[in-house]
Amino acid sequence: MTGAAPARSSRLRGSRVTMAHGGGGKAMRDLIEEVFTDVFRPPGDEDQARLTSAALAEPGARLAFTTDSFVVSPPVFPGGDIGRIAVCGTVNDLAVGGARPLWLSAAFIIEEGCEFDLLRRIVASMQDEAGKAGLRIVTGDTKVVERGAADKVFVTTSGIGVIPPRRDLQAGNIRPGDVALVNGVLGDHGATILAARGDMALGTDIRSDCQSLDTLIEAVLAAAPDTRAARDATRGGLASALNEMAAAAGVGVEIAEDTLPLRPEVRGVCEVLGLDPLYLANEGTLVLFVPEAQADAALAAMRATPAGRHAARIGQAQAGPPGRVTMTTLFGGTRLVDTLVGEQLPRIC
Amino acid sequence: MRYVEEFRDPVAARGVLAAIERTADRIGASPEAPLRIMEICGGHTHAIFRYGLDRLTPGGIEFIHGPGCPVCVLPMSRIDECIGIAERPEVVFCTFGDAMRVPGTSGSLLQAKADGADIRMVYSPLDALEIARRNPEREVVFFGLGFETTTPSTALSIQQAAREGLANFSVFCNHITVPPPVRALLDDPHMMLDGFVGPGHVSMVIGTHPYDFIARDYGKPIVVAGFEPLDLLQSVLMVLRQIADDRAEVENQYARVVPEHGNPVSLAAIADVYAPRPSFEWRGLGEIDASGLRIRPAYAAFDAEAKFGVGYGAGPRTVAEPEGCACGQVMTGRIKPTQCPQYGTGCTPEMPLGALMVSSEGACAAYYQYGATDTRPEATE
Amino acid sequence: MCLGIPGQITEITDPDRLMALADISGVRREVSVACIATPDLAELVGEWALIHVGFAMSVIDADEAEKTLIALRGLGEAQETLEAMAEGRSALEGTQ
Repeated sequence: MTGAAPARSSRLRGSRVTMAHGGGGKAMRDLIEEVFTDVFRPPGDEDQARLTSAALAEPGARLAFTTDSFVVSPPVFPGGDIGRIAVCGTVNDLAVGGARPLWLSAAFIIEEGCEFDLLRRIVASMQDEAGKAGLRIVTGDTKVVERGAADKVFVTTSGIGVIPPRRDLQAGNIRPGDVALVNGVLGDHGATILAARGDMALGTDIRSDCQSLDTLIEAVLAAAPDTRAARDATRGGLASALNEMAAAAGVGVEIAEDTLPLRPEVRGVCEVLGLDPLYLANEGTLVLFVPEAQADAALAAMRATPAGRHAARIGQAQAGPPGRVTMTTLFGGTRLVDTLVGEQLPRIC
Repeated sequence: MRYVEEFRDPVAARGVLAAIERTADRIGASPEAPLRIMEICGGHTHAIFRYGLDRLTPGGIEFIHGPGCPVCVLPMSRIDECIGIAERPEVVFCTFGDAMRVPGTSGSLLQAKADGADIRMVYSPLDALEIARRNPEREVVFFGLGFETTTPSTALSIQQAAREGLANFSVFCNHITVPPPVRALLDDPHMMLDGFVGPGHVSMVIGTHPYDFIARDYGKPIVVAGFEPLDLLQSVLMVLRQIADDRAEVENQYARVVPEHGNPVSLAAIADVYAPRPSFEWRGLGEIDASGLRIRPAYAAFDAEAKFGVGYGAGPRTVAEPEGCACGQVMTGRIKPTQCPQYGTGCTPEMPLGALMVSSEGACAAYYQYGATDTRPEATE
Repeated sequence: MCLGIPGQITEITDPDRLMALADISGVRREVSVACIATPDLAELVGEWALIHVGFAMSVIDADEAEKTLIALRGLGEAQETLEAMAEGRSALEGTQ
């Protein structure tokens, strides 16, 4: 556990959250103060954070606003925890729109019986991750629900950012000929969670790729100012992100299987369970489209940052058919890469 | 990955494809008069489409997708029986992932799980055994389905449960065998096949001799194939060379894994635990003699049919297929998925009518998932 | 039911139950070696086997694998030679 030592004279009784901690009384105040606000230190004492930003006032600047809920199980896994992905996920949602993150909120729904130590760990991760991006969690909420009504803890984060003037990242900008790039290896998060859930009894050393990508995106935009669009490949994996972007832009996309960066262990998990790495979730991997002329610069910029060491060129937008994503296989054949339907279930056949 | 990547080498692929093209020409195959080769096994169907082999091989070769998908050939009534067992409060129902989305008459196992049944996806029957050991107060039932590849694993698990005296473990046995439906297909006068690509992992268990009747009695070549793209291509080439030479033999392309006489331990376990049912219902093929397995009386304590009073003889035998479902015709190679009137319209992966669209081994799902633009019905704006 | 993948046996974990640890491209899973058991289970360590639903079902025969690869590569090399010859010819003829 990182930096999550309980306060020396803890006012909290026992080791677990009870319904009393959701009651609105003293127990609840003690929980909120000790576990959350003593760490996050939100500004002011009111329910709402009151904030100003010169960047927002700049003519042509736009406010970006995003929200996401996190329900991952197990809440702690190799490479991170639900708190860390709650911050990274929202930071990344802002960053892929070209926004510079400013402030975060964090709301927690806690199941009766959840351990204080788990909450402390999650909060420490969030504070640590927010600090890396130069951010603060400025407001939040907690609720306690009965045992069984939630799975230990659910976290919702919202983020506000500012899009500088003249920046306009959106999938609709993608044109045929634009190059598709990823910043790193695929599927680490999804494979980690599958292995961590234990029902398949697989042992691996894979860790989640959970990381904030705001610095990486700023570096790319500096080197390749005409970058068209970016999207993080979370649920549904790279395949779903590409399908969404292709559909929004009305272009086709072709990728090449032999360019996709994959760790051998993730390949192994996929082979054993009959899964397709294209559909595994990522928490620190994005796909972006840049004009051909700026592709090399974008790649070089990514590779110079820690989050982009394994950046690779994976394909290209085509004239059509609109919304269709195809892949040339390792083998020279082609296949369709459709959007994920339902949940990807391990295959035995 | 060793023993995998070498068999995906694109350079070697070009060589095999060129040889296939030359041999197909020699035979006089053309898109108008193609050679019809059946890949029996659903895993092969999946591999063909995943690697785009159907489009890499010349137009004179047509792959006919056989009935080797054990999930696809499960009658709906068996899914209904699974759900019936799973709904009992004391039961933990363990199943492979493939079976979760197959529609029964009133929903799938996935839907039953959402409705509150304790249904768990496992990778191995050994995992179900472990769940039984750790939960002595629950009844753990494992959904045993599959061809001969998987049959030994459930047999060995039952034997292990017997050794340990586990009182709360049973198997709902739906194991089936490959040779009988192949014979039924060959006996069908409408079926015109020129050769077979044989199921590599089934053969790992049963060896290559169970297919002798195909060459000897029906004069068709069969090549037992591995699952990497080079394995499949080499097997297709070997079938073509037999046709060109006017031979009909059983050949083993997958010799690195498949022993001629199969696996003795597996075969002994199957013989010990299972006996053939007089006949078993196959979705799309109807009743086929001696094609399904049941648990022997000696192991009745591990037979979910005995424990829960379900299965053959206990209820109505056949549940009619939903109206418009043509799974049976696709599965026997009579029509292609795209020729089914429901394909992509009334039957899609999100809302499947029949198992071929939900099972990842099903021909329709493979077409839909991997198919090129020409197989997807165009959306109307 | 066909999904099988080659894995290497790395240690015997429970000789009485015939269980061993298999490594499949860095992924570790305990598997039954009942189908491939020899009187001395230690002999299996280091062997490659086809793993299916938690059972090692067949030892992979390295010689047969090599033979298959040689035949496949032969076809590949022959094809490369043919293609190179064709390119050479067209270069000579100025039709490239």
